[in-house]
Amino acid sequence: MGQPVSDPSAAQYATNPPRELPTRRGTELVLLAFAAVIVTGALVLVEANQEQELSLSVLWLGLAFLGLFGVAHLAVRRWAPYADPLILPLVALLNGLGLVMIHRIDLALAEKATQNSEDYSAEVSKQVLFTALALVLFLGVLIIVKDHRTLTRYGYTAGLIGIIALGLPAVLPSSISEVNGAKVWIKMGVASIQPGEFAKILLMIFFASFLVSKRDLFMAAGKRVAGVELPRARDLGPILIAAGACLGILVFEKDLGTSLLFFGVVLVMLYVATERVIWVILGVGMFLVGCLIAFKLFTHVQQRVANWMDPLATYSDPGGGYQIAQGLFGLGTGGVGGTGLGAGRPEMVPAANTDFITAAIGEELGFIGLAALLMIYLLLAMRGMRSALAVRDTFGKLLGGGLSFAIIMQVFVIVGGVTKLIPMTGITTPFLSYGGSSLLANYILIALLLRISDAARRPQTPAKVRQQAQAPLAEAHTVMVQRPDNTAGTGEVAK
Amino acid sequence: MNTPLRKVGVAMLVMVLLLLGNATYIQVVKADDYRTDGRNQRVLLEEYARQRGQIVTDDSGQVLAGVEPIDDRLKFQRTYLNGPVYAPVTGYYSVRYGAGGMERAEDQVLNGSDPRLFVRRLSDMVTGRDPRGGNVRLTVKPTVQETAYEEMSKRGYRGAVVALNPKTGEILAMVSTPSYDPGLLASHVGTDQETAWQKFNEDENRPMLNRAISETYPPGSTFKLVTAAAALEDGATPDTPVNPAPNVKLPGGGNASLENFNGTPCPGNTLKDALANSCNVPFAEMAGNLGAEKLNETAANFGIGQNDLTIPLRVAQSGLGEMAGKPQLFQSGIGQRDVKLTPLQDALLAATVANGGVAMKPNLVKSLLAPDLSTIEDVAPEELTGDPALSKANADILRDMMLASEDNTKGGGKRGDLKIASKTGTAEHGNDPKSTPPHAWYTAFAPAQDPQVAVAVIVESGGNRGLAATGGTVAAEIARATINAALGGG
Repeated sequence: MGQPVSDPSAAQYATNPPRELPTRRGTELVLLAFAAVIVTGALVLVEANQEQELSLSVLWLGLAFLGLFGVAHLAVRRWAPYADPLILPLVALLNGLGLVMIHRIDLALAEKATQNSEDYSAEVSKQVLFTALALVLFLGVLIIVKDHRTLTRYGYTAGLIGIIALGLPAVLPSSISEVNGAKVWIKMGVASIQPGEFAKILLMIFFASFLVSKRDLFMAAGKRVAGVELPRARDLGPILIAAGACLGILVFEKDLGTSLLFFGVVLVMLYVATERVIWVILGVGMFLVGCLIAFKLFTHVQQRVANWMDPLATYSDPGGGYQIAQGLFGLGTGGVGGTGLGAGRPEMVPAANTDFITAAIGEELGFIGLAALLMIYLLLAMRGMRSALAVRDTFGKLLGGGLSFAIIMQVFVIVGGVTKLIPMTGITTPFLSYGGSSLLANYILIALLLRISDAARRPQTPAKVRQQAQAPLAEAHTVMVQRPDNTAGTGEVAK
Repeated sequence: MNTPLRKVGVAMLVMVLLLLGNATYIQVVKADDYRTDGRNQRVLLEEYARQRGQIVTDDSGQVLAGVEPIDDRLKFQRTYLNGPVYAPVTGYYSVRYGAGGMERAEDQVLNGSDPRLFVRRLSDMVTGRDPRGGNVRLTVKPTVQETAYEEMSKRGYRGAVVALNPKTGEILAMVSTPSYDPGLLASHVGTDQETAWQKFNEDENRPMLNRAISETYPPGSTFKLVTAAAALEDGATPDTPVNPAPNVKLPGGGNASLENFNGTPCPGNTLKDALANSCNVPFAEMAGNLGAEKLNETAANFGIGQNDLTIPLRVAQSGLGEMAGKPQLFQSGIGQRDVKLTPLQDALLAATVANGGVAMKPNLVKSLLAPDLSTIEDVAPEELTGDPALSKANADILRDMMLASEDNTKGGGKRGDLKIASKTGTAEHGNDPKSTPPHAWYTAFAPAQDPQVAVAVIVESGGNRGLAATGGTVAAEIARATINAALGGG
């Protein structure tokens, strides 16, 4: 980040009206171009290794990619000019790499289908369409949500819609809602959506606004037992409801991953709102008990745990460790450097372009590629977290923190599952894996994060600008800042 | 509210670090275990995509199995020259069904994983070339192989022909009919492979069965060479008197009897006459008198009973079966009952006599070559059993008796200028031997005075002559044509 103090143009401050704060949109554009170059390079590698004819069309695809995100960039420039400049390029890079990988697996599956004289329709074209749709949605959110604080007004509405969306597949007949054992779909003719992906965001909005309005309740002290301050029993309501909802997802929709993700995010938001670790301890305790009960009750949970303990031992069992083992074989074959993009055989892992897309990346780009990928996610989430730290209102902090954590939580659940760190739970890899609902929902998430980061860095209304030029809070981490006396905006005072 | 947010930030960092640590464990520490796991097909598929070595013939250097670059994921298409003719030798190489025949026996050389190729492979890696597989040079002579196949297939015979050099054991031809086209199994289109595989395996003629080495048959009268050799080694001479009766009751009571071909009396009453006319009664009695031990010993010195013979293709075990008493010995002495030989073993009978009583180890590989065609290994001739089956003198006696047998043998293809020492066989088989067309056998070597080639031919179930088939009328002409091809006489 630049240091405005050492800016050579700082001298102008004395004579000119307060200078425009750097929006850093130029940085964003350069980084987007960089992402486009990386993605195009990856595509070239895939084509070269697959011995496809290399043509200028690859270049056009790269330019089209840049064009698509150029539009997003212009939208950010217009509607969220002070937004964090790294978030959009990072997302573009993830999305682009996902497209390349899906295309690469398409090639392999098409080859396999030809050998078996079957038909195969490429999925990358659909994913490109989803990307375009997602960017439209992204634009829509940026335009409609001018200020994230307005969302607090619709907290309960969001919560209601979220719960309905989440629960709908459970009550619908299996023929409409079940795919591969998980009842999380709504299939409508040609299109099918996973409402849970959108419910994730709606519920976070609800939870953030709920916690902000009822924060004091959770702060109230209960009995002290052995030096630990316990919450009052009646305050346990929300967390019990959340736990119940998660258990419901687990039981009725057989969706371990989503249930784990929700519970983790709810716990973190509760902790951030109350600053009391006891919520986390309580939550984790409940989670462990829940796990134990689920393990005792459900054979599919037992199977997953067995597959996690030793996928090679349950390799040939029905519903056994075959998929995880194949993923591990791919990761092992890739080793440190990987086989090279397009030179491995990631298609041997079932669901290579959805749940196991990180195994495909680990195989072809090796540990180095996988580590880089995790770093991209970490960077993305940290930029979000940084915006949450810098934004002035509690709702923004809570929502921003929740959204950022959700990204890492989701990556942890799926990558941990693929690499046998935790039991495998089917969940999408944000921006990377094939699937429209996930992509659309995550672009909404990113639009909200950009909105919050825009609010964090946007200079306050001129009336409240102090005489002395002050660096925006987001860039102030290296500078000692005096605690402002009640100068915060309309929101509550940030603590 | 910033303090807990920072802590959550730290928690996120820890989560990613956990993932990274675990990925390190999987992709660095455990990587080799996963890479080399038998269930990980990636390495195997890599092998299929490597440029596989060629299978070539020795004298003319014809490429029987080679590769052509192809524009798909496996990179190379396996191709076979005259697939069905050489299929019993080359075998097949299929992505889905694995490998058979020479493709399997010398797979390590062909796919480049043989340790002897490794030093070269490392240097290849340094110079940046694709590691290629080594090559296998065969002893098979295309003219002999093709003639034998042509003779069998044009008549629609089921059976096998084996020709070898009696002095070295080099196999000059190994034919099994009907055959199959290994090229179809090498297709990169999965369904084509599957269709071909199913067709071959469902065919009642079992085209993928290598009858020359993987199937055993009752040898019938060709086994009399073993019985005669055992008798000669036991002190008999060509003039030793034998029983010329048309039939003999099997010892041990009962009415079962054993008779000469067509129930006729033997035209002579010496051992020489018995072999020349293939009389059954004398050989049955001879075997009975010799006993199981002596018969087994001589048979073992011909190579019968070896269960680990590889050429380097695996050869099925030939054997005499249990010979509990005299009745069994009587029947075994004429190559019936439980006596079962592979056609290769049958060729070894003639070859052993031709080589002065010493069986040479049959072999298909002349040498193994590196990708740059430098020699990795030359295969030297070696003895099969270490003990001669019969002495040089007795071998010469048996040869003369076989020459007399040839004079009595019908069938076309005889040449006035070529002395062939032979023995025919007409072997009964099946549940109802008298009404099942017999297997027609012919085993021989030539030229008699300086043997260059030994041959065995079996035509299953009488070929096209039904019950009237004999070794002479059905199998002899094929063997003679093969011998002519081997001797360059056309």
